[in-house]
Amino acid sequence: MNIAQVSRDDLKLPRRNRSPRRVQDYVTITLFLLPAFILFLVFLVYPIFRSVYYSTFNWNGLGPAVNFVGLDNFKQILSDNIFMTAVGNCLLIVLFSLTLQLPLSLALAIMVGRDLPGRAFFRAIFFMPYVLSEVITAIIWLGLFNPDPERGLINAILVLIPGVQAQGFLGDTKVVLLCVFVVLTWKYFGLHMLLYLAGLQNIPREIEEAALIDGANQWQMIRHITIPLLGSTIRTTIYLSVLGSLTQFNLIWIMTKGGPVNASESMATYMYRFGFIRFWLGYGSAVALVMLLICLVFSIGYLRLVRQPDYLGGI
Amino acid sequence: MLRKLLVLVSLVLIASFVLTACAAPAPTAAPATQAPAPATQAPAKPVVPVLVPTNTSLPPVKIVWWHISTADAHKALFQQFADQYTAIHPNVTIEITVLENEAFKSKLTTVMQGGQPPDIFQSWGGGVMNEYAKAGLLRDITPELDANSGAWRNTFAAGALGVYGYKGKNYGVPWDMGMIGWWYNKALFTKAGIANPPATWTELLADVTALKKAGITPIALGEGDKWPGMHMWAYLVTRLGGEANFEGALLRTGSFTDKPFIDAGKMLNDLIALHPFQAGFLGATYGDEATAMGNGKAAMELMGQWAPSVEQANSTDKKGIGANLGFFPFPAVEGGAGAISDAIGGGNGFAVGKNAPDAAVDFVKFMTSAANQAALAKIGVAIPVVKGGEVGLTDPLMILVQKNFAAGKYFQLYYDQALPPAMGSVINDATQGIFAGKLTPEQACQAIEDSAKQNLK
Repeated sequence: MNIAQVSRDDLKLPRRNRSPRRVQDYVTITLFLLPAFILFLVFLVYPIFRSVYYSTFNWNGLGPAVNFVGLDNFKQILSDNIFMTAVGNCLLIVLFSLTLQLPLSLALAIMVGRDLPGRAFFRAIFFMPYVLSEVITAIIWLGLFNPDPERGLINAILVLIPGVQAQGFLGDTKVVLLCVFVVLTWKYFGLHMLLYLAGLQNIPREIEEAALIDGANQWQMIRHITIPLLGSTIRTTIYLSVLGSLTQFNLIWIMTKGGPVNASESMATYMYRFGFIRFWLGYGSAVALVMLLICLVFSIGYLRLVRQPDYLGGI
Repeated sequence: MLRKLLVLVSLVLIASFVLTACAAPAPTAAPATQAPAPATQAPAKPVVPVLVPTNTSLPPVKIVWWHISTADAHKALFQQFADQYTAIHPNVTIEITVLENEAFKSKLTTVMQGGQPPDIFQSWGGGVMNEYAKAGLLRDITPELDANSGAWRNTFAAGALGVYGYKGKNYGVPWDMGMIGWWYNKALFTKAGIANPPATWTELLADVTALKKAGITPIALGEGDKWPGMHMWAYLVTRLGGEANFEGALLRTGSFTDKPFIDAGKMLNDLIALHPFQAGFLGATYGDEATAMGNGKAAMELMGQWAPSVEQANSTDKKGIGANLGFFPFPAVEGGAGAISDAIGGGNGFAVGKNAPDAAVDFVKFMTSAANQAALAKIGVAIPVVKGGEVGLTDPLMILVQKNFAAGKYFQLYYDQALPPAMGSVINDATQGIFAGKLTPEQACQAIEDSAKQNLK
């Protein structure tokens, strides 16, 4: 009993000293977190709830919203062919990104990750497009894609080839989405490449050497060592790439405005067209919520699905 | 000690963040003008008589002005207006923002939804302006117009001023009013063996074929922007149905699926079938269209009175095609109810934002003086709407447009401006569908009618 008493005192003594200190620590932490948290609440959380509110109105953005329509906006979105086209286009871009853009980035990363002469130069070159803003990128490519061979570089080169005519590119409903995808790839492969490069540096040399000693060839090395060990990086890039494709706006809006005739419409350009061009802010809010929902479902589903062991974690 | 300091610093930071986050984006209370002005915050409340010399200068006023006149000569003239005005009124500063047309529309929409319009901005009047007026975002300038028994009001051509009125009140004034018509390259027409510009739709189609044969792009079109092509359809509707047809659809006694609207789409398809446009026209902008015309790469374009100046600005040599440029009104349609003198057009104007100071209205009045109207006409960027302004009109093409405009009995404001913005956008989208061959005339008209049911009540 005596001992217990003593030990309790022993425990108490420092605690009495610590407790106001801890409170102070918490206060400091809270105070430092508060600015960011308030900004987050005001500019992210609050607008989402505001959108939910507006999405139930037929509202043109000017003056207070009064014309309550319940879930009509959502019904209309889901029955609108143009929205379905937009979703389809986004999914196509996702598909292309995953099957073309990411493998290309990985291939390049493996190439410039090696001890090639001039690799620093190539790294810089490949990463450069990513540094440009999307607006500038779009304007550059608008010029390149210009259908007039005297003003557009690509067509100027194309017409030099005998039998080839100038192409409409962004004015052609059949190829416009492909053109947009080319620009997206040009802009973003550098980012993915950089992420892969960082991942590659984490792969211990010993494993590769061991494989070499075991007689593995280049392809086997990549297939059985590099790619599995890059797993977590690959999962991150897929995540970034899909979300980026689903919410793509700037490039498309500047280059094509989602046209011609909705051929390159993305969900975001659709939202902008209805919200800000047609002044249907209520409907636009509803579209934004549908987008949010799609992205959220993907994010949660994806994170659940790919929760795999990280091989490098065990080393 | 250090901790206390940290807490203090973070408290200050938080307080400042909270304050900036919660504060309504009020119009900059104290504009940083050059004039040193003590205690400008509360000029309206003379609570304490501070010893400030009152007669030396008026309180500084800032006017925010957005316009879209990007052509060099025009931009310079607008700047000159501002300079002249501020020279007479040293307490006024004018902050000009020049925006490209499409960028202006997006940006204006955003600030309007934020409830903070610029003091003076470009407007085309009609349905879009009415929406802003309805929402109380514009300043009613009727009192200024009517002051001194309508001294200012009476300087304007009544029809032109009417476009900037809504329910008997004026929210802006025009500085230009003209019409859309075909601008053509005389040299290319001659090259294709065409002696006179077409007077009927059939002749136009024949001329397009002749131009194609001569290896010339007949029509430049920036259909990526949608409105350039929309006017082609709108003109056909006007020629086919006349005034009664559009009025009927607008007042809901008729419908946008009435015969003239659909037939216009069919006739447009006849033209489209000849492939008269430059390659990639569906993705091209109006800027591309003007460039093609200015560089002599296409034989004609359907455009408003501003076409020559934009063609010049966009051409490689900044001169356009000079004397080769001609103008003819939209051809008559055989059997149509509309007359060839009926015109679709509109013009440019200044709208006044709700927070505009009196000086802004005064500045607008200054800019629409006969002398300044003549100055605008002189550089060929406007057709004056103020009596006495027409003396500046020296360009034979502009005089031609003005004559055509003045001769018409039925004047139709651009569809996409006359109707509410939601409908204007639908009409633009639907006609682009026709141009791309994605929508039949019936489908396009149905889309417009669906939108009319929602928006015209």
